[in-house]
Amino acid sequence: MTSGRVVLKARGITKEYGVTRALKGVDFEVRAGKVTTLFGENGAGKSTLMKILSGVEQPTSGTLEMNGQQVSFASTTDAVAKGISIIHQELNLAPNLSVRDNIFMGREIKGRLGVNFDAENKATQQVLDRLEEPISPDTLVQDLRLGQQQIVEIARALSAESSILIMDEPTSALSNTEVEVLFKVIEELKARDVAIVYISHHLEEAIHVSDYCVVFRDGELVATAEAKEVDLPWVVSKMVGRDADFSTFLETGKLGKPVLEIDDYVVPDPTNPARNAVDRVNLTVHEGEVVCIFGLMGAGRTELLESLAGRVPALSGHVYVDGEELTQKNITERIDLGLALVPEDRQRDGLVQSMTVGQNLSLAHLGNLVRRLFIHNSSEEKEVAKKIVDVRVKTSGPGALITSLSGGNQQKVVIGKVLMTKPKAILLDEPTRGIDVGAKSEVFTLLADQAKKGMAVLFATSEIGEALHSATRIVVMRRGHFVAEFIPKKTTREQVMAAANEETKKGKGK
Amino acid sequence: MSTPIQNIAGKINNLRSKSLGQILIDGRALFALIAIIIIFASLSPNYLTVDNLLIMSKHVAINALLAIGMLLVILKGGIDLSVGSIVALSGIVAGYLIRGVQIPGTDLVAYPPLWAVVIIALAVGSLVGWVNGVLITRFRVAPFIATLGMLYVARGAALLIADGKTFPKLQGDPALGNTGFRFLGQDTFLGVAPGVWFMIIVALITSLLLTRTAFGRRLYAVGGNERAAGLAGVPVDKIKRWVYIFSGFCAGLTGIILASELTAATPQTGETAELNAIAAVVIGGAALSGGRGNIRGTILGAFVIGFLADGLVIIGVSEFWKMVIKGSVIILAVAIDQAQQKTVTAKKRDKTAAAAAKKASSSKGNKTKTNA
Repeated sequence: MTSGRVVLKARGITKEYGVTRALKGVDFEVRAGKVTTLFGENGAGKSTLMKILSGVEQPTSGTLEMNGQQVSFASTTDAVAKGISIIHQELNLAPNLSVRDNIFMGREIKGRLGVNFDAENKATQQVLDRLEEPISPDTLVQDLRLGQQQIVEIARALSAESSILIMDEPTSALSNTEVEVLFKVIEELKARDVAIVYISHHLEEAIHVSDYCVVFRDGELVATAEAKEVDLPWVVSKMVGRDADFSTFLETGKLGKPVLEIDDYVVPDPTNPARNAVDRVNLTVHEGEVVCIFGLMGAGRTELLESLAGRVPALSGHVYVDGEELTQKNITERIDLGLALVPEDRQRDGLVQSMTVGQNLSLAHLGNLVRRLFIHNSSEEKEVAKKIVDVRVKTSGPGALITSLSGGNQQKVVIGKVLMTKPKAILLDEPTRGIDVGAKSEVFTLLADQAKKGMAVLFATSEIGEALHSATRIVVMRRGHFVAEFIPKKTTREQVMAAANEETKKGKGK
Repeated sequence: MSTPIQNIAGKINNLRSKSLGQILIDGRALFALIAIIIIFASLSPNYLTVDNLLIMSKHVAINALLAIGMLLVILKGGIDLSVGSIVALSGIVAGYLIRGVQIPGTDLVAYPPLWAVVIIALAVGSLVGWVNGVLITRFRVAPFIATLGMLYVARGAALLIADGKTFPKLQGDPALGNTGFRFLGQDTFLGVAPGVWFMIIVALITSLLLTRTAFGRRLYAVGGNERAAGLAGVPVDKIKRWVYIFSGFCAGLTGIILASELTAATPQTGETAELNAIAAVVIGGAALSGGRGNIRGTILGAFVIGFLADGLVIIGVSEFWKMVIKGSVIILAVAIDQAQQKTVTAKKRDKTAAAAAKKASSSKGNKTKTNA
């Protein structure tokens, strides 16, 4: 394997958001005709770097060079004009427009009488054929299922004919056949000397497709290697950091009575009525237990937890807390009966951005603070102040705007809000998404303490380190099913990964 | 660990007191009002007289009552375009009842007592608001569309009941025992019109509702982030319905007061009143996206609009110029508000971030000390 020409070079890139440093002086190279894969846990800095390379964000310091020339990207349009396109993890499509209009959005082919739709249609058809996807260019994006929408996103980036293509989790919603087609397209692009930057949580799939592997941890680039010299354990050990392997396991104390019982639970998939996002799962979480649902993106973790919290009704099955059935109850009633969720998307579902830290903390508990029509101020003050100390929120005070806090402290406020309702069982969906390492360990210490006090804790994650070191029991979820169960102390990360990944592996074996 | 609790408990007063940005925004509406009074007082000797102030306040009260209802709707992130029509409908219902109801199939005419008239008229207003709320929460019709439709429906209903005519002479008849309607619009107390007293009472109650009750806090939460509020167990749909009922109730009350002031009910009453109410709320510093705004600002906003409009009449500016000037003031108020909001939030964010960083580093210092 000859090393490709370096087309893009980042030097000493640092990015700060207020007090948090997302990137700490990263040097990074992208080579023509090669796939460079980025590995790292959530919050390691991969996405931030990609945002800088694609013009979404500006670095706080550091320089970018393209083909030996120093460049800067003022906007995404600027980056596309200079030959860098990105396939975003979150889909950036206008659902009300057709596939064709989405693909040519912002760079329409102009004819004498406005847009030349014939030329656009032809080009769209070509790129869709390349992706072996039988979608008509006239179809509205909102009529496509999620996986097909992701294909459209890929098609858009392909049709820009960029010299550098960034793929951020391009396969999260794709079927196995679609993934194979994508890999074929990647091979084609390599042959045409396109440089590809690839990010995926499916580690084996990513190693398989890449030429160079780059590992990020806590905002730093910690390792670079050629893919042929690399295997899964190496990547994982670099991602987590060696010393993490020696860190402690959470001891299961004496198990109490069962608190949260999930019985044959089925949740429909909102994007695809033909399948269920959660398919007949059973689980019991006892007093004092911290159970982790480990699964890759699209495994159905979020759907399960949101349904348990009462946001989406279950198709069938039952859920009980302390023996009381909650299946037909609404969110408010479930909170009252002792089951509450810390949602995955903090900004969208967890916080009221226009309110203060104190007001966010007491929101779910307000009903219990009312004395004779009015909120009892001194009780609220006392409980809020106590909770700020309990969950260790670093803030200038309860009157501070919630938006002034760092991600980790915002997350602690969301957890504090849920704890204030004195739940018997607490559900957490990716509780450490987008927060720094220090805050991560604080969050898990907090959960372990709550469990010791008799709470049942159930959290979902896609980070293997968290699953192994922060839970007393791991349940592996794959495509809507619970496929395996492990006790962290008696298992290895490879075993857990293999259980979560099995289907992808089979697909590749063919 | 007891000292940090005490420290925070000391600082928690922030939770109750208004933020710096809020004070500035309220202050600006007040400043504008003072400027309007000074300008018109210097242009006309009749402007700053007790009589004129009382008359202007009476006009302001009508808009302010509607604006209070509108504020709650806007805090939720919605809009209520139907309030002007509800004003007409409830006035017409009151007029219809006072004029006597023909009992079908007989020659008898029933004259309900005044208290029943008032309750029925208020109930009609609230009922229209409830329908708005149900359309929005149950049938997921966008608030703009639902209340736009209701704007026509309620106005049409008022015209139908009155057959397009005015119900005059609503003073009632002592022989029938339904007199006293003037009490709601004409009998002044301490020289001040009833409408102004109603405005004060409703404003005080609503202010308590917004700042001190769980309902108020939850309303702000729904307006700030509906999804997060719902997941925190806030009954989002219920709150939305109550807000539209309240807005309908305020409009109903306004309709009765107006009918009493004029001792007549006209189906054309209150046309475009909803727009004045929205303007008052917006000038008062509320965000149309929801979650931000308060009673004080809204009342000030109503005073700014009312005192400006009446002042322009007094100094003899034409009706056409009046509209141009009023519109410009509304736009200017919101433009300043946007700019100010941005800088205030940014400043506050820097300040709190710095404080948090300082605190974090100092607590880290403490930790290492104790560890050593």
